[in-house]
Amino acid sequence: MIPAAFDYYRPTKMDDVIALLQEHGDDARVMAGGHSLIPMMKLRMAEIPHLIDLQAIDGLNEISIEDGQITIGAMVTQHDLINHAGLEAAAPILREAALQIADPQVRYMGTVGGNVANGDPGNDMPGVMQCLDATFALVGPDGERSVAARDFYEAAYMTAREDEEVLTSVSIPAPQGGYAYEKQKRKIGDYATAAAAVQIVKEDGKCTAASIAMTNLSDTPIYSVDAGAALVGTAVDAAALNAAKAAMLGNIDPTEDNRGPVAFKKHVAGVILARAIERAWSRA
Amino acid sequence: MKDEVESRDDRVANLKGMGCSRKRVEDARFTQGKGNYVDDIKLDGMLFGDFVRSPYAHARITNINAEEALKVPGVLAVLTAADLEPLGLHWMPTLAGDKQMVLADGKVLFQGQEVAFVVAEDRFAAADGIEAVEVDYEELPVIVDPFEALKTDVVLREDLVAQDGSIPDGAHGPRTHPNHIFTWEAGEKEATEQVLDNAEVLVEESMYYHRTHPCPLETCGCVASMDKVNGKLTLWGTFQAPHAIRTVVSLISGIEEHNIRVVSPDIGGGFGNKVGAYPGYVCSVVASIVTGKPVKWIEDRMDNLMTTAFARDYHMTGKISATKEGKITGLHCHVTADHGGFDACADPTKFPAGFMNICTGSYDIPTAFLEVDGVYTNKAPGGVSYRCSFRVTEAVYFIERMVEVLAIELGMDAAELRRINFIKKEQFPYKAALGWEYDSGDYHTAWDKALTSVDYDGLRAEQAQRVEDFKAGKTRKLMGVGLSFFTEIVGAGPVKNCDILGLGMFDSCEIRIHPTGSAIARLGTISQGQGHATTFAQILASEIGLPADSITIEEGDTDTAPYGLGTYGSRSTPVAGAATAMAGRKIRAKAQMIAAYLLEVHDNDVEFDVDRFVVKGAPEKFKTMKEIAFAAYNQAIPGIEPGLEAVSYYDPPNMTYPFGAYVCVMDIDVDTGVPEIRRFYALDDCGTRINPMIIEGQVHGGLTEALAVALGQEIAYDDMGNVKTGTLMDFFLPTAWEVPNYETDHTVTPSPHHPIGAKGVGESPHVGGVPCFSNAVHDAFRAFGLRQTNMPHDHWRIWKTANELGLHD
Repeated sequence: MIPAAFDYYRPTKMDDVIALLQEHGDDARVMAGGHSLIPMMKLRMAEIPHLIDLQAIDGLNEISIEDGQITIGAMVTQHDLINHAGLEAAAPILREAALQIADPQVRYMGTVGGNVANGDPGNDMPGVMQCLDATFALVGPDGERSVAARDFYEAAYMTAREDEEVLTSVSIPAPQGGYAYEKQKRKIGDYATAAAAVQIVKEDGKCTAASIAMTNLSDTPIYSVDAGAALVGTAVDAAALNAAKAAMLGNIDPTEDNRGPVAFKKHVAGVILARAIERAWSRA
Repeated sequence: MKDEVESRDDRVANLKGMGCSRKRVEDARFTQGKGNYVDDIKLDGMLFGDFVRSPYAHARITNINAEEALKVPGVLAVLTAADLEPLGLHWMPTLAGDKQMVLADGKVLFQGQEVAFVVAEDRFAAADGIEAVEVDYEELPVIVDPFEALKTDVVLREDLVAQDGSIPDGAHGPRTHPNHIFTWEAGEKEATEQVLDNAEVLVEESMYYHRTHPCPLETCGCVASMDKVNGKLTLWGTFQAPHAIRTVVSLISGIEEHNIRVVSPDIGGGFGNKVGAYPGYVCSVVASIVTGKPVKWIEDRMDNLMTTAFARDYHMTGKISATKEGKITGLHCHVTADHGGFDACADPTKFPAGFMNICTGSYDIPTAFLEVDGVYTNKAPGGVSYRCSFRVTEAVYFIERMVEVLAIELGMDAAELRRINFIKKEQFPYKAALGWEYDSGDYHTAWDKALTSVDYDGLRAEQAQRVEDFKAGKTRKLMGVGLSFFTEIVGAGPVKNCDILGLGMFDSCEIRIHPTGSAIARLGTISQGQGHATTFAQILASEIGLPADSITIEEGDTDTAPYGLGTYGSRSTPVAGAATAMAGRKIRAKAQMIAAYLLEVHDNDVEFDVDRFVVKGAPEKFKTMKEIAFAAYNQAIPGIEPGLEAVSYYDPPNMTYPFGAYVCVMDIDVDTGVPEIRRFYALDDCGTRINPMIIEGQVHGGLTEALAVALGQEIAYDDMGNVKTGTLMDFFLPTAWEVPNYETDHTVTPSPHHPIGAKGVGESPHVGGVPCFSNAVHDAFRAFGLRQTNMPHDHWRIWKTANELGLHD
């Protein structure tokens, strides 16, 4: 549990971060809270000869809510997210999800940026961000570009981020309607056996919009367009729930691990999604 | 004078003796980060050693090349079996009478096995050195199933097969197959079979008590320091039995015992994991001898989970017979015990399956037979008693499941079935069919108190309603009422039948009273968190009348403490606690003579009263123990040596038999497999209670480890012998979040043969807790036809049970 030797950098300017990434390419990685990367390094599953700590970069830990747009700096911690009063009103699903990530000690260090950028299918925020239709700002040698969360994830630990880019912030259109993040896990600190993020809009007793994403049920988070569509126009009754579940099950591709075999995970995914929809609907 | 205004109650309270919830004296340092654990030890020039470990579960080693490793900056040496062989240290004896490779001698038998020992200036260089050692492996067929091991042609231990292909006897008698270790029997085979054959009711059931691990928060480790000038070896380490380690080190190294000092500093939990001797200790000692410098070895979490002493891994098949009315008439138990690649169980020599023969439990079963087959597989060695006396968790789980299964067969309430079969109070001392003599018990009183406390009838009515509601589609949650009644067998033990490697399992206490009336007592045990410094001082306070706060308790340094066999199997209070009381009584006997001299009366005319000796019939005439202590050193008393010291070595006449009654109420989400513990009630009878607060803490801890084992904690292997649960992501270690609120209760049935009537409590909650949690899961599905499903009851296994019972249709 001791990592291979590495050089440690703690630059104060983003330009210096980009320059280091350009210089070392694949041999360099940026680190936010370090709660995914450091364990990988200690297990020697990741060898990072050049580790660039982002803690000293200014301007990455702010939360702003303006004109229906929420912007969260990459270095905002899960703890910050949970305790931000404005955010709790503007996008309560973020708090509900963050409270289900590990334990308080991890949440003091773990960041939103690290959680979404690392590409670990077990992380909770990628699914939440897909549900909220967030966009990620990426800064690189050629300036800034943005990528939709729903287009960002390619495979486990593989994302649309180029090696020389840094994910600096997450932008979210203020969500409407009811919400829920439902997660089944074996214990505190575990990844989800299955988890579902749901935002749902109700008008005159009918669902007019629904957004659904699932966590840890494929090698990426799964934004299920079909599951959301199955609810729109319905009163979210049993038939609609079953249709949404069936649609979601068509999109996920879980693998067997110590949490259980595929059949179990699919069954639980359906149960968890139904509970998330029901809770979100009750809040809509 | 102050004493004259103090009431007797005040004087008793001042002592903080037995029965009071004295706060733990250890906690001042632990809560401030001032403990001194083995990894806190830093010596000048200290080196660090760590292992190259096998990625394969079964393979031949064709070559080890350390050339590149030796080029890594800071790496000083790479030891292999070839280096240890000239010293005769490439293999070492195990506690179970087998031998174990210190470093791989031509082959490896389990994943994570120690292959080479890299010695470096610091642990970082050692880690880099490990990566650079090149080992060529030739993979062999992997055997992870003990039943297959007894059929296969694949021989795991070529060293245990004679050249002509015959199979020599092992340490515990004849072996039937190259991968067979022993067969151990207890009870009457033919008589039992006859009872079972003629039974009115007979049930057979098989169950697997899965492999798990004690997982103490502090992993195993040591610092070895060989002083070549004066020839003395000092070995600090996480040893639950420091004196036994000293003797073993002496026997295998040839260093005379007086030149070895073994020290157990603060230990962060043991739970059996720190009883045995590990290759890391041997390699550290050798490396220190070779380099002339201190060498530290500390396991990381994966090393600990994958390689040092696992627990359980018992495949058990039972047959239980009864009359139609439910009176149990016979019990048969067969165990296939998976011991891994070497037999490194930590059991008394004559008990290769520990005290598994306590498996008739708390019941008056006239006829029984037990047979255990030990088997080698390609898994890590061990088989320690994880928070229990030797194999008692397995025994109690077995009988508490068999009773439940019998209740199902009879269509009886499981609480009532237990009640009609309990050993009755008037039957004690009770000679059990498998050989043990239970010292004392009052099971019916405890059971009735437990059932009344939880409103058992009310729970059953609620459960019946829940089943109706479930069937009517009104709920998706089932309710389980888990019961368990256990009898522990602790305090090993009488030297006439308990030894480890020939070392008798007595224990000891040595007391010195200082002239000003304070004291130091040293014991042969070693606390790993049990609070010995608190509780042993309480025993002494009550015995010798000096305040517990004025008594220092010291353990773990073999240069100063009297010889003893250490702390495991709840033996500290039953054995060393008895030695403490007996040594205290020797002090008191001398104090009585001194008091009589000072009071100018005959010895028999004074009597002990809390903290003093008083003249009989004239309580205003007295000498306090403090005054007596001063006189003992400073006054010439005819016929009495100066000083006030005593030592006692206590060989217990019998084990002690703590017992308890537990009830768990659990709600189970049928659709997700998630169990929720609504209530847990634990009644413990550990005899005389020394410190109720510490007892409660022990019960909470043992129950939490029971919850872990029952609901998810396991060391699982795949078919290739890869450990699937080698990190805390997958190995379940409960936190405050997963743990329910425990309700504790007690009855008091003192041990008749123990000087203060105490029985030991540290392990009871684990022994009784595991079947209680498991029975709750089973009970939830009883109405739907479930008889037996194996632990750990994690979400998916519970879900699978529900699924197979058709509850998802």
